[in-house]
Amino acid sequence: MIEGIIALYIFMLAAFTGYEVISRVPVLLHTPLMSGTNFVHGIVLVGAMVTLAHAETLLEQAIGFFGVLLGAGNAVGGYVVTKRMLEMFKSSKETKRG
Amino acid sequence: MDKIIQASYFVAAVLFIIGIKRMSSPVTARSGIVWAGLAMLTATVATFFWPGMHNYLLLFVAIGVGSVLAWVSGKRVSMTHMPQMIALYNGMGGGAAGVIAALELLKGAGLSQTTVVLAVLGGLIGAVSFSGSLIAFAKLQGIMDKAWVFPGQQALNLGVLASAAILGGIVMFTDSGPAPLAIFFLLALAFGVLMTLPIGGADMPVVISMYNAFTGLAVGFEGFVLNNAAMIIAGTVVGSSGTLLTQLMAKAMNRSIANVLFSGFGSAASQAAGTVTGSFKPIDADDAAIMMAFGSKVIIVPGYGMAVAQAQHKIWELAELLEKRGIAVKFAIHPVAGRMPGHMNVLLAEAGVPYDKIFDLEEINAEFPQADVALVIGANDVVNPVARTDPQSPIYGMPILNADQAKNVIVIKRGRGTGFAGIENTLFFMDNCRMLYGDGQEAASRLIQSVKKL
Repeated sequence: MIEGIIALYIFMLAAFTGYEVISRVPVLLHTPLMSGTNFVHGIVLVGAMVTLAHAETLLEQAIGFFGVLLGAGNAVGGYVVTKRMLEMFKSSKETKRG
Repeated sequence: MDKIIQASYFVAAVLFIIGIKRMSSPVTARSGIVWAGLAMLTATVATFFWPGMHNYLLLFVAIGVGSVLAWVSGKRVSMTHMPQMIALYNGMGGGAAGVIAALELLKGAGLSQTTVVLAVLGGLIGAVSFSGSLIAFAKLQGIMDKAWVFPGQQALNLGVLASAAILGGIVMFTDSGPAPLAIFFLLALAFGVLMTLPIGGADMPVVISMYNAFTGLAVGFEGFVLNNAAMIIAGTVVGSSGTLLTQLMAKAMNRSIANVLFSGFGSAASQAAGTVTGSFKPIDADDAAIMMAFGSKVIIVPGYGMAVAQAQHKIWELAELLEKRGIAVKFAIHPVAGRMPGHMNVLLAEAGVPYDKIFDLEEINAEFPQADVALVIGANDVVNPVARTDPQSPIYGMPILNADQAKNVIVIKRGRGTGFAGIENTLFFMDNCRMLYGDGQEAASRLIQSVKKL
């Protein structure tokens, strides 16, 4: 169980991590990085799955189904788009080889 | 089993952070998304072993349908349309966070006061991100008009937000049943729409990045509600890195975030910029080719117009031809070239231009005076010298590429129109500037033919 003050610590540390990790990103990677972090919050899929899996009534199931659908779309779409963009970042040496 | 799930989530969180770290440097970026992908796979597979699960059929169908739709759309979309796809997928994530909040609050029983508060907050942010991102998608896709402004708009928006907050408070602190919950979500969705409507297309990237951070935060909050460490860490990391990225983008575009959100662009651009004297001096492709082929350094300044004309492949072909003749060719990218910072780099990369030939504004501006030719294609406002010289101009103060300082400037342009900001470009009237009229792709082909003949 993650409770109270511990939760707050996790939140604080994760927030600083996010800030530090990308603090030196060059402009040319802004769009791909935005797309990449967009993929990472696709982890919401995991939560949506748990929620749907414990849904009881028809209404809950319907809403939960929609949630998983959206979450899966975020994760898969985010991955495909980011991968396509990043595959283009090759230096001149690699371009000549390929 | 529970231990294995928790361990998987821990591994996923670590992999996500490494993935984002790697994605922030051009050398390691391509492997970064693979690390993050492994994280997602680990966490998703582990979740199937969560105790007490049912509705497996629904789960598989939902994941299957969502994945296939996203996979196909993500593979098909052209590079030029990438920004709106990011907005769409981001909106889906926000929506999913909203759904989790709605369901947990609907079930109600067994939630502590803190979790209820976090669920409502996450639900609010997620819902705003969902509807706001959809509007951003519609705008960039050209389905909706660029900006929609009416009197009393900000008062209305504030009213809707305040009502959503009040309803949220009722949901948080009273045992009120599903009706206020439904109204709360409707108000949150309405606020997302209203907030995005007045923002113009040029500012959309900053807004999408902001909603990206919103979704991250919402996911983090719902992670606390579900007691899910992977969601808490991944969501919060995205929330904070997304916030920083939004600031960096706004800075690269010389806009403040408050400016983007609360003032429609173009309201300041209406006054007439000073009259310009002089005339456009046309040039034909043969002369332009000679100018470039017998120089020693050419800097190419591409703009969104080049992407629209799909001319990037031709331009790179031209650059390769010139390089074979021993001419140094560099690409100069303005931070707002394309539809969002970094977008033009992606478009050029798609055409096969290696990234070490592409230079930022700070890196290249000092080199323009040594360049024999600055070839401007589909760019306008980002090379307009009035940004340096005329304090009356709406773009005054914006950092620009100093193409005007090159010995010769060749501008490929369809006609005499003004740029996005609607301002006359004094560069086009300067003595060292020649206009090569035509569609970007077709003009580039003519240049290639002419260079080959030499």
